Amino acid sequence: MKILVAVKRVIDYNVQIRVKEDGSGVHTDNVKMSTNPPDDNAVEESVKLKESGKVKEIVAISIGEDKAQESIRKALAVGADKGIHVKSDSYVEPLGIAKILKKIVDKEKPDMVFLGKQAIDDDCNQTGQMLAAMLNWPQATFSSKVNLKDKSIEIVREIDEGLETIEVNLPAVVSCDLRLNKPRFASLPNIMKAKKKPMEQLIAKDMGVDLANRIEQIKVEEPPKRKAGIKVASVAELVSKLKNEAKVI
Amino acid sequence: MSVLLIAEHDNSKLKPFTLNAITAASKINSDVHVLIAGASCESVSKEVANIPLVKKVLVCDSPNYQNYLPENLTPLVVKNSEKYDHIVASANTFGKNFMPRVAACLDISQVSDIIKVNGPDTFVRPIYAGNAFATVKSNDKKRCVTIRPTSFDAAEKSGGSAVIEKIEAVDAPNSSKFIKREETKSERPQLGTARIVVSGGRGLESGDNFKLINDIADKLNAAVGASRAAVDAGYISNDHQVGQTGKVVVPDLYIAVGISGAIQHLAGMKESKIIVAINKDGEAPIFSVADYGLEADLFTALPEFLAELNKLNTIQK
Repeated sequence: MKILVAVKRVIDYNVQIRVKEDGSGVHTDNVKMSTNPPDDNAVEESVKLKESGKVKEIVAISIGEDKAQESIRKALAVGADKGIHVKSDSYVEPLGIAKILKKIVDKEKPDMVFLGKQAIDDDCNQTGQMLAAMLNWPQATFSSKVNLKDKSIEIVREIDEGLETIEVNLPAVVSCDLRLNKPRFASLPNIMKAKKKPMEQLIAKDMGVDLANRIEQIKVEEPPKRKAGIKVASVAELVSKLKNEAKVI
Repeated sequence: MSVLLIAEHDNSKLKPFTLNAITAASKINSDVHVLIAGASCESVSKEVANIPLVKKVLVCDSPNYQNYLPENLTPLVVKNSEKYDHIVASANTFGKNFMPRVAACLDISQVSDIIKVNGPDTFVRPIYAGNAFATVKSNDKKRCVTIRPTSFDAAEKSGGSAVIEKIEAVDAPNSSKFIKREETKSERPQLGTARIVVSGGRGLESGDNFKLINDIADKLNAAVGASRAAVDAGYISNDHQVGQTGKVVVPDLYIAVGISGAIQHLAGMKESKIIVAINKDGEAPIFSVADYGLEADLFTALPEFLAELNKLNTIQK
């Protein structure tokens, strides 16, 4: 079997976001970037399935500016076999990303597409479900356990009430939760080897896909700041404040 | 034109977040229609018809929709979307699962997780885990929108009398199968909807010590939360996790105990009305968002806290 795994390069999750003064977005210059965390889980699960012998090939794809190749190289260093970089220097909405991914799926014909449940920058949580719809494939979102069978996958999903188990026929799209696995680190020799693995480059706007954004960003602003609180000296004072001042207990 | 809202329910009762989504939908357009797709879900349609903000209820009763599989639900929503300008649902694991599928079928760029309605096409939504708010305008002709339930009040439940219309099921693709659902059972209120949340972090030092948190939670009729550090350390199961990668909670009172206040945790709780931090490290970032901070060792402060609560004549439940 073959897996296409999609990764996105985003502002590192440990970076404190700074909103631009003119309201046009957030500062990204000289800010540490890394692979979207749940995308790392998607790569890790793909590699585990390859190690189990059930999967023969993993193709890692990223859409974005040239530096998106860093996220692809990272996937290649932990076990992906081939990379595809679709170059786009401007923001593409999840709908457009899903359309690009569909084109790649039509060509590469994987049995499964793995990707993170959500990107931590725009927090849309759409791409996997949209791709599944465009392909008319079933989907398993928020996956925290994957059991690959011959013609289907059994998935445990994280839902608000607890856990849900479903089985979807292959081919399918699987969106991964952070609790699916613990992504491994690439060893230095494997990072060196990854540099020699094949990387195909395509240009997003030349792919015959409608990438026009439909959503206009009017402004980006900082969330309202909480007013500074006070320190209380004792538990008794805390309880008294909660009871008589905040009136919440 | 009208708004079509897809209701979340368990085939016998409406899920509470749908009430918040109905309030948001009514701010987009007052003509709110609610689609209930389920199996033997008649009681849900009666419940929804009683909601004054709802003008019409569409019910599709078929085994196809018993477990809300998105592969089955999507064609039904798409088929019934023609007359509507907006298709909306709550932005929880129910709405997040199927709505992008609907949007893709209709070639619509979805607006996810809105916290404010500025107009029929303009919304505010958090990005970067709530560290920035984006005001966005959708230029699609029809709009798919998911709603962060905790940002809107719950709609009134009684006094309405909406028309109930039965609609036909659509063929299911049979590409997915529901096996089971294991709901986390608890005597306490659910984390996502509780009025008070008491959360523990790495400072608790062990799973056993969460008893100190549980005792306070029971006294206050609160839900129990946890930081990712406490979950990763195995002190408590991950369905208690509050934060960017866990649940986003907006209770009246949030009590953070032994939690340093990592960015990713703050993203899940900093919209709470009143925040209390109990931590022995006076420099911990959690104090920067706390209305009341107590710099103390939690192992002495929590028993004292419980004793003080026991002294009170009344406690709001």
